[in-house]
Amino acid sequence: MKGVIEAGDFAFLRDLVMREAAIVLEPGKEYLASTRLEPVARKEGLEDVAALVRALRAQPRGKLHQAVIDAMTTNETLWFRDAHPFETLKQSVLPELIEKRAAKKSLNIWCSAASTGQEPYTLAMILRDNFPNLLNWKIRIVATDISNAALDRARSGLYTQMEMGRGLPASYMVKYFTRAGVDYQISQEIRAKVDFKVLNLAGMWPYLGTFDLVLIRNVLIYFNQETKGEIVNKAAKILEPDGYLMLGSTESLLNIKTNLERVMHDKTSCYRPKAG
Amino acid sequence: MKALVVDDSRAMRMVLKKMMTTLGFEVFEAAHGIEGLAQLRLHAGIGVALVDWNMPEMDGLEFVKALRADHAYADIRICMVSAENDMAKIARALMMGADEYAMKPVTKEIIVEKLDIMGVPVAG
Repeated sequence: MKGVIEAGDFAFLRDLVMREAAIVLEPGKEYLASTRLEPVARKEGLEDVAALVRALRAQPRGKLHQAVIDAMTTNETLWFRDAHPFETLKQSVLPELIEKRAAKKSLNIWCSAASTGQEPYTLAMILRDNFPNLLNWKIRIVATDISNAALDRARSGLYTQMEMGRGLPASYMVKYFTRAGVDYQISQEIRAKVDFKVLNLAGMWPYLGTFDLVLIRNVLIYFNQETKGEIVNKAAKILEPDGYLMLGSTESLLNIKTNLERVMHDKTSCYRPKAG
Repeated sequence: MKALVVDDSRAMRMVLKKMMTTLGFEVFEAAHGIEGLAQLRLHAGIGVALVDWNMPEMDGLEFVKALRADHAYADIRICMVSAENDMAKIARALMMGADEYAMKPVTKEIIVEKLDIMGVPVAG
């Protein structure tokens, strides 16, 4: 029946996203699974989520499993999400990092849960708009996500009108976007600044290099405490000694043992490696 | 804070008025730019205006120009809320003095984010 998930099916889905993405799907989130998975079932020509789960059970891990994981892990994403962290980046964090990297003329940034690209593109636009002296710098923005489908959309740089409305200042819209049929596309110049890669935060990480700025925003909330700790500590290891880690506005490193310390910039919490 | 909604569609004015009221605003309405200017003269302290583009009598762009030509209204934040989605037109609205631009259809979330971008405080 539409909108209802049997307990056994929910348990199967919960185990799948836990095993593959380390994401905790708590009891009571049946509605979320139903909302996210009904479109996947429809796309596959299946009657409902129960039929989708039967199909998942009947075949080895493949594209259908990936589609379900994508659907369960892709979350709403906004331009300039929460606004003030980006103001902090613009006013203090980026100017500080740029000053410190003046000799090397390079800046490495990692957006670890990039979803459909709004966060890394926001950063690329901020850099382009506010720091024109970086034109001859080597700027690397690595944007990762667990979902292939989300990354494909991110790479295309195409956004619906509704997505354009979510937090994107009109001044950026007219400067960096053009109409593309019924959608809008971010400029090639901005797209070229971001390198999208698949990465499961809870799995093995490929070699990424080191970063001056790491954003793990609005994603730790989905993991249990142990996985959160592992992710933060792995990120701390690839953070430059004078680099910054930023979390989502409602997230913190409370109860996580790490060598990072909190530094307040205006009302934004940033984290950096402890000295020594 | 007081807000002004300028739109020739009564239904749209109602939708925007309801959104803004739930965000703690006292909302005044106008069906076109000339009525909008009259409302501004009647009600001192309007801090933000949501303005449609295509309207009879005086359209949204003319209204924005009139507002920006009068120092008395310099502090009013203006967000155009219009079905016009051509980038050149949006750029023109910003050049004429609109602070923000929202393409219809809009949701309450979109309006809240636009108010936030303009630095207009909201309740709730």
